[in-house]
Order: sequence, then structure tokens, then C-alpha cells
Amino acid sequence: MSADTLASGNAMPLRASRGYWSGVWLRLRRDPVSMACLTVLVLIILASAFAPLIAPGDPSVGSVARRLRPVGTPGYILGTDELGRDMLTRLLFGGRMSLTMGILPVALALLIGGTLGTIAGFVGGLTNAIIMRAADILFAFPSVLLAVAIAGALGAGFVNSLVALTVVLIPPLIRVSESATTQVRSLDFVEAARASGAGAFTIIRVHILGNIMGPVLVYASSLLSVAIIMAAGLSFIGLGARPPTPEWGLMLNTLRNSIYSQPLIAALPGVMIFIVSLSFNLLSDGLRSAMDVK
Amino acid sequence: MPVYILKRVAYAVPVALAVSMICFLLVHLAPGDPLSLVLPADANQTTIDATKAKYGLDQPLPAQYFLWLTNVVSGDFGTSIATGRPVVSEIANALTYSLLLALIASVLGLVVGTLLGTVAGYWNGTAIDKIASAVAISGVSLPHYWLGIVLVVIFSVNLNWLPAMGAGESWSAERLKFMVLPAITLAAMPAGIITRSVRALVADTLGKEFVTALEARGLTQTQIFLHVVKNAAPTAIAVIGVQLGYLMAGSILVETVFSWPGTGLLLNTAILQRDIPLLQGTILVLALIFVALNLLVDIVQPMFDPRMKRG
Repeated sequence: MSADTLASGNAMPLRASRGYWSGVWLRLRRDPVSMACLTVLVLIILASAFAPLIAPGDPSVGSVARRLRPVGTPGYILGTDELGRDMLTRLLFGGRMSLTMGILPVALALLIGGTLGTIAGFVGGLTNAIIMRAADILFAFPSVLLAVAIAGALGAGFVNSLVALTVVLIPPLIRVSESATTQVRSLDFVEAARASGAGAFTIIRVHILGNIMGPVLVYASSLLSVAIIMAAGLSFIGLGARPPTPEWGLMLNTLRNSIYSQPLIAALPGVMIFIVSLSFNLLSDGLRSAMDVK
Repeated sequence: MPVYILKRVAYAVPVALAVSMICFLLVHLAPGDPLSLVLPADANQTTIDATKAKYGLDQPLPAQYFLWLTNVVSGDFGTSIATGRPVVSEIANALTYSLLLALIASVLGLVVGTLLGTVAGYWNGTAIDKIASAVAISGVSLPHYWLGIVLVVIFSVNLNWLPAMGAGESWSAERLKFMVLPAITLAAMPAGIITRSVRALVADTLGKEFVTALEARGLTQTQIFLHVVKNAAPTAIAVIGVQLGYLMAGSILVETVFSWPGTGLLLNTAILQRDIPLLQGTILVLALIFVALNLLVDIVQPMFDPRMKRG
């Protein structure tokens, strides 16, 4: 967080914050790696969203007669899967579930964890102790294990995986936003705002959120890649998506028996997961330097 | 024993209890009647009555938890629905396999990560740094279960150098062949994470004032480097310790890919067969190992950085 933000955020919060974000965007735009990743992500997200319009076939219709056609077969550019369904179509449709299951838990956890962490940091005392100890307990589990435990107990399914992943991502966001809030809370301008009669809600909205948003958002963006890998991983081991739903992790699993005959096709869903997760990671790194978060 | 160690141990006890509480609640989180979740479908009335009494299913939750905890502490984790064998013996069997795999993978990840990270941090901003950083971010972004499949395609299917899955007949040198691919797969992510942390640490420490002071005093680059390592060690230990714990847990996907008969494959079986006692027991053991590892890191870290003893 730069001293510049702190100083200007105090004087004219609304205009100053707009200036800060456009500055971040300007710095991000100068970084070719970040822009390339952003382009790739936007393209994949749009292609998945408009899959019904652009996909060449139907993701659930296959034919035993054309099982496991190689990549480059006329009419089936990326070949067909073990049930004779068009791979390109299934990869496009698969992105809908895989991206939703990766991005939505981070957004939900940011909302819930960010709120709890800000409250813990701002109120302090007993409230802080209760929230932070609860987060500590969830932290005592390795994240993958906790996700598997919750999803495993609840059973397979989209909503259950969503719940499991969100619960796993909440504690780290609580910690990050709590420590950021605690730091900002003790700064002079918060005291000045309080002295000039600002209520708790105004202080949180203007002074606290304005100053912790940067680091917390950067941290949340670094969780996107992990969430994408974990979400597809849950489907890979039989939690999450259920056949015949197209989902990258599940496709990777059902194509495992085909690695001897069509290794390239069997690897394709993983390539998608890798590209998305790598792009999120690089973009998050770019955002970190653009926002000058340590 | 120093006070700071006692403090850390005293803090780990309630954490371990809380972990056990969450594992206990997993059975109640699962949809359906708890009784039907811990018993096979064809259980007779005697077994049903015995189980009801054993877990106190007609009593309030805290009492049930206490009964369950007493059983767990005495080594009774219940009976696996899938195999009919005690859960504890299933876990004990699988744990050796997982520990060995995680240990080899963490040594691999540690060596590769520390080397790459130190080199990248020391020559910060050069081409070597860029290459090492690119390798590291790829390692972090790789879905490891997919990496496993790709490695099998290359080294088992095409080159026929290494077995694709399983663990071989017995404990012998032959078994090492079965561990090569799972160990590499499992090591990829921690290697990437360790590289990134060590790189940042080394670069950061190199920029500190004391390094300039050492240079001014005329120390050689090797001597300065040793000082940097000493200063970066405590943080590095924390990262590494946590990674080992993540490896034990993260192996669920890798063990599934390679059919490696460890706790990960056990969890996968538990999920596919909806074997809740097995799921609960395995998760409890793995989570407690993670708590113990964190405790170990907390105890070892101050030995390298005396400042932390006061904290």
C-alpha cells in the first residue's frame, strides 16, 4: 500500500480511489504478460459462456461408431472422446462448470471471509478472538483434505463442492483482511475521522475498505488458480460434477482408460485447466506489482 | 524443556481437539441417518443395537462426541463398510505407503525448490532468474493429477521405462521404480512454491543493510552468501514444514492416478463406496499429522531465530 493512497484517500476518498484504480489499470496495461493472460482468460470465459452458440456439436450426444477419433478428424477438430462425443464441444461446455466451480467459491469466500476479517480487525477484543480462533481451527486442516472431507461427507454434486471449496477458502481471507484492517485501524487518519464524528460504518466503508481492498483483492486473485485446480480435482476423484456433465476434471478422469490409444485427447482437458490456472497465477502476479502490494 | 516449547504444545492440544470435533461432525454433516452411514446395509439387529449403544446415538451430541473420542483415543475408529475390517488397521497399512511417498516427494521438492530459488534470488533479474521463475510458476499452476497422466503417457506408455500404476509385490528395490513417477508428480507443486518463496527471501535478504555492511568489511561472496542463508532459514523452514503436511493430504489425487495404495487411495475408495467411517478416520489421522507437523515447525523455527522465542 503506498503512502500516496493513504494520504489522498483521507482527503477526497471518492475521487482519490478512482485515481488509484485507474493508475493500477495503467500499470497493468503496460505489462505484456498480464495483458496476454487477461486476453486468454477473457477468451476462454466468453467461449464457455457462449458455448451453445459456437460449439460445433451437442456435448451429450455421441456415437459408439466414432469413438476416440484422433485430433484433426474432419468435423471433429479435436477428435472424439471414449463415448464418441466431440471433444471441442465438450471442452467448451466443460469450461462453464469448471470456471464457475473455480471462480464462484473465491468470490463467495472473499465476501464472507473479507467481511468477517474486517469486523474482527475493526472491533477487536472478544469478537476478534472468536472469529480468529474459528479460522485457526479450519486452518489446522490442509486445504485439499478439508475440501475432500466436506465434499466427501456431503456427497457428489455441484452445490456440495461449491460449499466445500468456499469453506476452505474463507479462513485465509479472514486472516489477510483481519491483519490489513488491524494495521489501518491504528493509523492517525482513522482516529481523525472518529474525532470529527464519523460513525463506525462510514469509517469502515471509506477509510478501512479503501485501504485494505488492494492487498485483499491481490490475495484473493492468487487463490483463483488453486481453486480451479482443486475444483477440477474434486470432480476428478468422483466428487463435484457427475457424468455425463462436461467438466474438465471429470473428463480427465473418464478419459484415463484411453491414454493408451489416444494420449493426446486424454490430455486435452488438463491442458485447459493448466492454461487457465497459469493465466490466473501470472495475472495475479502482475496485479500484485501493479498495485505495489509487497 | 524451554517455556516456549511448552507454550506451543499447550496451544496444539485445543487445536487437535477442535480438529477431532470437526471430524466427528462429518458423520452428522452427511445426509441420512448416522446409524445407516456407519453400518453396512445388511447389518442384523444385534449389530445395530450394539452400534447404537457404542456410539450413544440416542444421547445428545456432546455425549456422543465424548463416547466417540474415548473410542478413538483407545484406537477404535470403527469398522470400514467396504471391507468389514477395522478402520484403524486399514489406515495403519496405507500410512506407511503415503509417508514414504510424501517423504521422497518432499526431499525432491525441497532440493529442487531450494536450488532453483537460491539461484534465482541470487542472480535476481538475470536470464537464469527468469527461467527459474517460469519453471516455478508452471509448477504451481500444474494440475498435478494431470501431470501424473502426462508422465504415464511419456514414460510408461511410449518409452516403457517405468510402471504406470500399482506398488509392486513387496518391499524391495523393485518398488522404487513404482515410486518415481508419483514422487515427481507430487513434488512439482511444492517445488514451485518453495522456489518462489526462497527466491523472494534470498533477494530480499540480499538487499538488507547488513549485507552492504558485510561487503564493506571485505567479506568474500561465499561468506556473505552463508550469512544470507542463515537469515533466510527460519522462514524457509516454515514453508517447507507446511508443504510436507500438504503433500500427505494432496496425495489423494496423485495416489488415485497411480493406484498407489496409500491414505489417498483409501480416501478415494471411501468416497466412491460412501464408506463414512473410513473417510472420517483417514481424515482425522491426516489432519492430526498436519497439526503435529505445524507444532514441529513452531518448535524448530526459534532454534534458528532466537527472536521468535520471545513471541
